[in-house]
Formats: sequence, structure tokens, C-alpha cells
Amino acid sequence: MMHRPIHELTDAYRRGDLTPTAAAESYLARIAALDQRVGAYLTVVRDDALAAAVESERRWRAGTPLGPLDGAPLALKDVLCTRGVRTTCGSKILEKFVPPYDATVVERLRAAGAVVLGKTNLDEFAMGSSTEHSAFHPTRNPWDLTRVPGGSSGGSSAAVAGGLAAGAFGTDTGGSIRQPAAFCGVVGMKPTYGRVSRYGVIALASSLDQVGPFAQDVEDTALLLAAIAGHDRRDSTSIAAPVPDYMAELSKGVEGLTLGLPDEYFIDGMDPEIERAVREAIEVLRGLGARIERVSLPTTRHALAAYYIILPAEASSNLARYDGVKYGLRVAGRDLIDMESRTRAAGFGAEVKRRIMLGTYALSAGYYDAYYGKAQSVRTLVRREFAAAFAKVDLIVAPTTPNVAFRHGEKEDPLSMYLNDVFTIPGNLSGIPGVSVPCGFSGAGLPIGLQILGRPLDEARVLRAAYAYEKATAWRTRQPELV
Amino acid sequence: MTEPGRISRRPPSDGAGLTDPAPTNYEVVIGLEVHAQLSTKSKMFCGCTTKFGAPPNAQTCPVCQGMPGVLPVINRRAVEFGIRTALAFNCRVNPSCRFARKHYYYPDMPKNYQISQYEEPLAEDGFLEIEAEGGSRNIGIQRLHLEEDVGKLLHEGTLETAQSSLVDFNRSGVPLMETVSRPELHSPEEAATYLKAFRAVLIFLEVCDGNMEEGSLRCDANISLRPRGQTELGTKVEIKNLNSFRNVQRALEFEVRRQAQALDAGERIVQETRLWEADRGYTRSMRSKEFAHDYRYFPEPDLVPLRLDRAWVDEIRAALPELPRARRQRFVSQYGVPAYDAEVLTQSRALADYYEAAVQALGSAAAGNRADRPKTVSNWIMSELLAALPGDDELAIQHSPITPRHLAGLLRLIEDGTISGKIAKDVFQKMLASGDDAAAIVAREGLTQVADEAALSQIIVTVMAANPRAIDDYKRGKKEAKGALVGQVMKATGGKANPALVNRLLEDKLSKT
Amino acid sequence: MIDRKDVEHVARLTRLHLTEAELERMREQLNSILAHLDTLRLVDTTGVEPTSHAVDVVNVMREDVEEPCFSQDAMLANAPDRSGELFRVPRIIEE
Ligand SMILES: [Mg+2]
Ligand SMILES: [Zn+2]
Repeated sequence: MMHRPIHELTDAYRRGDLTPTAAAESYLARIAALDQRVGAYLTVVRDDALAAAVESERRWRAGTPLGPLDGAPLALKDVLCTRGVRTTCGSKILEKFVPPYDATVVERLRAAGAVVLGKTNLDEFAMGSSTEHSAFHPTRNPWDLTRVPGGSSGGSSAAVAGGLAAGAFGTDTGGSIRQPAAFCGVVGMKPTYGRVSRYGVIALASSLDQVGPFAQDVEDTALLLAAIAGHDRRDSTSIAAPVPDYMAELSKGVEGLTLGLPDEYFIDGMDPEIERAVREAIEVLRGLGARIERVSLPTTRHALAAYYIILPAEASSNLARYDGVKYGLRVAGRDLIDMESRTRAAGFGAEVKRRIMLGTYALSAGYYDAYYGKAQSVRTLVRREFAAAFAKVDLIVAPTTPNVAFRHGEKEDPLSMYLNDVFTIPGNLSGIPGVSVPCGFSGAGLPIGLQILGRPLDEARVLRAAYAYEKATAWRTRQPELV
Repeated sequence: MTEPGRISRRPPSDGAGLTDPAPTNYEVVIGLEVHAQLSTKSKMFCGCTTKFGAPPNAQTCPVCQGMPGVLPVINRRAVEFGIRTALAFNCRVNPSCRFARKHYYYPDMPKNYQISQYEEPLAEDGFLEIEAEGGSRNIGIQRLHLEEDVGKLLHEGTLETAQSSLVDFNRSGVPLMETVSRPELHSPEEAATYLKAFRAVLIFLEVCDGNMEEGSLRCDANISLRPRGQTELGTKVEIKNLNSFRNVQRALEFEVRRQAQALDAGERIVQETRLWEADRGYTRSMRSKEFAHDYRYFPEPDLVPLRLDRAWVDEIRAALPELPRARRQRFVSQYGVPAYDAEVLTQSRALADYYEAAVQALGSAAAGNRADRPKTVSNWIMSELLAALPGDDELAIQHSPITPRHLAGLLRLIEDGTISGKIAKDVFQKMLASGDDAAAIVAREGLTQVADEAALSQIIVTVMAANPRAIDDYKRGKKEAKGALVGQVMKATGGKANPALVNRLLEDKLSKT
Repeated sequence: MIDRKDVEHVARLTRLHLTEAELERMREQLNSILAHLDTLRLVDTTGVEPTSHAVDVVNVMREDVEEPCFSQDAMLANAPDRSGELFRVPRIIEE
């Protein structure tokens, strides 16, 4: 049953071949048996999951399922606030934090009948690209346990790849869904900024964060996105536009679509195996009737620098609230400032401290214009270039990452870690939607991801191209052998 | 509100105990920063109630307690109130404005940043006209912006001695409107006048209840001195904790003396923040030296910009009420009441409305057209109504048990001689207690004035017969003896006799004895 | 270049206790990162408006309607230290 996509599970529920309870039980059993080795989960909510599965089963029996996700066993990145279930953000500072409320995304998933299995691991406060920097334990890549699953949503990508959840949710601030999806050989989508509510999503960089799904195939991706997309009055940055019927659009093919191939995404020093796999994928799409056209996004090479100013600046602000006063860790001190300073010193890991310091500095008196102001202007240029490109092409296709999954401890230097997100960051700066879909394997058997970017709110077309590609190839049939 | 900062432990010696009169060789330059709590039902960025006085932490939610993951959503009414005030202060309402995060750590501020406005405030460049020495003057208003309030800190003992402090977040997130004046006030009295006029406008606009004890209106001041004739401004000192008109004036007077003394002694004024200690009557330095302001403002990414629709602004402008100053002037010219009365009567919109309604009701209820009626109404409001109700409390006035029509009814009974002014005061108290109209009370309690000559003559004869001593005294030239007789007649009639009539009849009878 | 005093100032601004060794390492790392970020200077942004939102949404406001507050218990449950209905913090005046 593992590695069966959600739409097959629910087909089986409908036919009565399988029950949500049985599905939940087998996922929980598998987590109990295997997650020691993968480390995908921080918290497993066994009883809640089984209770939700029983409810779902009752609905399926009564012929009144809540929809195509009713009874789907899912995992949530531990940045999504869950009422009554601790939400840690992978940090010591929130180790014991139990939110009194559900994130909008979680509310919608519950309303859709989803069975939440647990909360998945991440780099602390979503700062990282490897899920090595969780305060609790690292997560391992199911394809090769000596390697990282990518990050920061590495717990979610590893859970889906390892058959420890049928689908999962993560957040993508600079590639934190697409990069781990590529590393783990699953589908991962970052929707348009504003398409999915951020209410209840513990913020990293508010102007960049977006929630999105991990799935075993593109059809599930569409189902999962449909369940969470749409306006939320509690998020002022959420977009009020109606949500299209992604499923209905899915099988329309790529014939007649123009795909842009950006020169700047094939850089010196990128893994030749990735370049070959992506170019082959483009040929597949051409073969399916798409037109391929070169586009230029010259500010791409400055996007990383802009991102590493905007992100730390916003993060330093968002993380100011963790001071030992209202919730989370407190370390005793001789007075208030001492308590706060020691709490934050003990509660945050090295990368979080580095980014808080960098962001505070970039916003401090005398430096704002040179750093934050400048970065926001560069961001405008990145947006303009995408807009100009999308005036000529319908979608942009590119590699998701410049390299495949690396070994634990391989990237000790923060800067080399930052470079991992060089192809995904521009999408966040401009707010556009993007998906990573498996497009092959390296010689060492590690997955490679194809990134498809679209116009703002054009998730339907992004998914349509990904679906056409997936149907034309057989990458999905390969699974990691965990047992 | 800006943060209270940290307080130096050094006991304040500088300036304490100064009592010299205000010096005249310096020009005083003052600017005021006023934070007003807006009278919205819900908080600035969440749906929690803004009601005052609930148990601690009973009026919060994840948003106003700054929990991980929460997002703010702007209260439209707060924006409307901001625009209304901006228009009343003749400000330019910016077509586009946005919110920004202002960072500093303080335990009563849950996110350790305050959502405020910085580079693009709601409104700029207005003025408030005040009555200053030598006529009226426009005091410039530099900017008006919206922000959220912080929670409340309670200290076990005083801030200095407390081993721990306690936090209540009920007030956290209540909408605040910050208004910064230009440094155009030239004396502590002027500053107090500005604040009074400012408060009256807010109350008239019904955007703030103006309750300074409950902290609905809080004031900080910037003050500097410069030698007369010097063009550049002196070093400014910020003074916090000025939470009544009296404190504004006293603190600034103290500060003028302190700075003048320092300048006289050739010392430099330190740019700093000082706290007014109302109980002890001095200001003292607040911040430790190493603490530097660095608010690290940046545009609030969780909120989108406001592009204010012209039509909305025009609609708010069209609905602006007549403001206190204009109304005061009209009361003087239209009703002929003294300026003092006009000022008292315009301390709130409800009271001014009450007054006008009562004048109108009296005009239509009573016969003839008497020019002194508006003054009579004013007298009754000032001496009787306002003894019972606070004139700046909109709700109390609106829900007064004595309606304007009832007050007019009472005054008509005096005018037509049905009751005496003295009886009327008793009737007023009964109206206040019962909410009934004057005529009903007078009829029910038989308070109608005895104006029947025959009946009164009979009483006077009886009184005179009983007081031969008084009559003798009167005859021997002790004219005050008549007063004693009047008093006896009034007593005999239970105060209901028409005093003028008693006097005339008594004089008549005395002259005939 | 960021010097030691800058690092101390920034750490104080953001309430982060750093040991001597951490301060020094932080200084080195921040300088190395900032050196890379300085490539931004190469981009000509004359007359380019900053983007603070990736979406062009404006005028999002809610009506002034009261919604139920959360219970006191729910809002105090995560408190690291409390005194009855209030959050407790150590003395505010520095030792
Ligand atoms: Mg303020
Ligand atoms: Zn609230």
C-alpha cells in the first residue's frame, strides 16, 4: 500500500478495498519501524490520527466522504501551528510550545477529512537546505541514508519519499519545498505568494514564505493544493482570486505551450548529470508539442545576495518575539535583559543566530539603504525580468538545484549551503509559482528535479506541464528501498 | 506608545527642588506627541474587544499576544477615525500609506516590535488653532499615524525595587493614533492649552473618549530653550509620563527652570529622555547611556499598503461635525452667552447638542421671545446639570435622565411663575432621580407657587399678628425685620409663595399699620 | 567591515548573549557573508522602486467587529513563568 498516491488510496476507500483506518495503521506501523533511521518526524500523533481515520471511515461507509482527501494520511512540516499539538519549528526555543489554534491550512485539511500523522522535521526555523540543522535530530534521505533530504522541509520530503506519509506539506521561502522534493525524488510545489494563507505558519521571511504540498505524483499535488488554496481573511497578503479547478486542467497537455529556457540557469560548476537530465526532460516536453524558446533573466546572479539580505532582515524581526516571556524556553537570568539574552542564546542554533545578527545589522541605523533598501530594489528587477519573460513564454523550465543530494556534514560553510538555492530563490523573490518534478537519477542513483515556473496564479498551467511530463516518463515507478 | 526605556539607578539630583520663577531671557520651544486610544469596538489588528477593566489576560488572542504564526488585519474603523481626525486637524491625508515595524524589546510588547507607521503615515501637515496669549494661533501638526498599543506592566513595588514584574496583554493591540505637533508652543501654559483643545476635538469627533486617567490620551513633550534672538533650536529633551493637563504644565515649567539654570551656569543640555515624577514634582533622566535608539523600521510585510479612496475621504469629510472652536464662537454670537459659558458648553459634542436642544425647546415651549433665555439655560446646565454629570462624557450626557426638553419644561415653569427658582432646584433633583418631567412632579407634589393675592394676604395677616416684635422693629427703622417676616410667610407656604408678590403685599400692609 | 564593537552592539540590539569566542567567530562569519552580499552594489538600481510585497494587493481591512477572545487559560498555558493571571518576568532594571 505504501507508495500508492492519495488518489489511488481514496479510490480504494470508495471501492471498499481499503479503509482509512487500515491505511493510517499501516503508515503508523511503518513510521514506528523505519523512522528511527530516516528521522522524518518530530512528533507523531498516533491517537489523533487513528481517531480522525475512524471518523473518515464512518463517512466513507456512509457514502458521504468530505472530498478527495478524506482519509488521506498526511504529514505537516512543524512550522504549521496545530491546536493542542506541540509545534517546535525545529528549535529548542519552541520545544514545548503548544499552540491554542490551528493554522488556516491545517483547518482546511481537517475540514477536507485529512488524517494528520504527525509533524515533520526541518532546519531550525526553516533556515537551511539540508535538514541537518534541526535542534532535535537530522533527517536522512531515503534514497541514501548518508545523504541529506534537502531542506528546510526535509522531514516532509523524506516522509513522502520513504513511504512514511501519503503526502505532506512544507513551506518554501527560498526553495524549501522544491529543493527537498528534487533531492528526494517527489513532486513539490510552491504556489504563488498569496495563493495559500500564511495564517498560523510560523514565519521565517514573511514576504517570501509560502505553504505548498509534497506528493508522490502530480495529480496528488493538484489535489493537495486545491484543498489549501484560496483567500483567507486572516491573511492580508492572501489573494482573493477564485481557485481554478486544477484537476480539470491537468490533462490538457503541453501542445501549443511555449516554454522558456533561461540561459542563466545553466551555470558553470553545475552537476553535468543534472544539466543532461534537465535537457533531456526539455526534449520530452518538446516531443509532447511544446515550443522551446530561450529567455534571459540576467539579475538571477544577484538574486541570491538580495535574498540573503531580505530573509535575515525579516527573520530577525519575526524571531524577536522569542524572548522567554510568553511561551517557549526560558533560561534564568539576573534581570530581564540577561534572561532574554540567555534564553535566545540557549534556544537558537548557530545558523539562526547568524541570520538574526545579519538581519539586525542590515536593518540597523545607517545600513538600511545599502542593504535592505538595495535588496528590495534588486527584487523589483528580478520581478520585472520574469514579467518580461512571461510576456513571451507560458512557462519557464529549469533545473531545481545545481547538484544532487549531498552527504551529511558536506557543506559546513554557510555560503556553500546558501548556493544550493540559487535556482529556486528567484521564484520566491518574484512570488511566482513553481513545481519540482522528478526527471531522472544521477549515476549514484540520486533523484534529479525539473523545475517548472509559471506566471502569478497560473498554478494550473504549471501542474498541467508537470503532469504531461510525468505521464510521458517512468521516473515515478522507482522507489527507494528502505526495508 | 514609545517604550518606557530603562531607568538609571542614580537618584535624581539634577534640577530637583528648583523653585525660581520662569526665566525670561530664554525662548521656550515645545512640541507635543499625543497618543490617543481610538474608540473602536475591536483591536487594531484582531477582533478582541477593547473594553477597559477586564481581568488580566482575559481579552487576548494569539494575534494580540504575538504568538508564532499569527498575522494582523487592519481595522477599517481605526483608519476611518484616523482620517476623520486628520481632516479635523486640516492635515493632508496621504493617498497611499503603509505600516512599518518598529523594533525594541520590552516585555509588555509581545512581538518585540510595534506595528506602526513610519515613512508613509496616514496624514501630514495640519494645524490646530488654539487661544494663545495675544489671540488665536495655529499650531502645526507634523504627522498623524496609526499604531498598536502595548500591554501593561505591573511592578511588585516600584519599577526600581521590583524583583519581578507582571504582564497583562489586555491592552496589547488596542488602536492608537499618534499625533506629533511641530515645535511651535512657546510656554507650558500654551502646551496645556493645546492639549485641552486637542482633546476637545477628539471628543467632538467621537474617535477617543479622552479619559486621561484610564490612559486613553497620553502625552509626551519635547522641550528646548534658546537665548532670545537665536535662530537655531537648543538641544531638546523628551519628557514622558505627562498624563494630565496639570502635569503637562507642571512638568514643563519644571523643565524650563531646570534647563534655564543649567544654561545660566554655562552647562550643556544633554539630549535625553526624562520621566516626570508627578508625586515628587521633578523630571529625571530615564535611559542608561549605552542604550541607543535603533528601531530598525522596515515596511510591515504582513500588511499591504492602503491606497485611500478619494470618495471615502470625501465622505468622511462631509460627515465632519462642527468643531468645538467654531461652535464656541457661534454660541457667543448666536446666543449671546459669555465666552466662558460657550467654552464649558462645548466640552463635548453631546453637551453642545444638549444645550442647543434645550434652548430650542424653551423657545418653542414658552410664550414670547426673551433674549435672556439662552443664558438661563446655560446657567442651569453649568450649575445644576454638570454638578450631576461629567460634561465631557458623551454617553452620560446623551443618556441624561433630564432630557433637553424636560429642562426647557422646568425653565418655562419658572418663567410663567408657576414655581420659584428655589423650588425649581428641588424639582430638578427630583427630575434627575426619576426621569419625570417637571410639570408632572410639580403637579404630583403640589409645588405650584402661591400667587393668589387673597390667599397670600390672609397668610401675611396671620404672620404679622404672630410677630408684633418684628413689626415694632420695622417701624423703628430696622428694615431687615421685613426679611424675617418674608421668611415666615415663605415658611408658612412651604416655599411656594411668589417672593415678589409677598414683598409687595407685605410692604403694603406694613405701611398701613 | 564589521568590527567587534559592531557585533556587540547588534547582539545587544537583538538580545543575544554571545561568549567571547562566539563574538569573534560571528565577526568573521558576518564579514565573510557581507563580502559576498556586497556584489549587490554592482546592480544599477537607479530609479528602481523597492518591492516589499510580491503581490499587488492593496486596501485589505476588516470591519470593526468584536470576535470572541481566547480563554485566559489557553493564553497563559505556554507561560514559562506566571503569577496567577499574569505573566511574570524578572526584574526589569539591570543588575
Ligand atoms: Mg508611537
Ligand atoms: Zn486579539
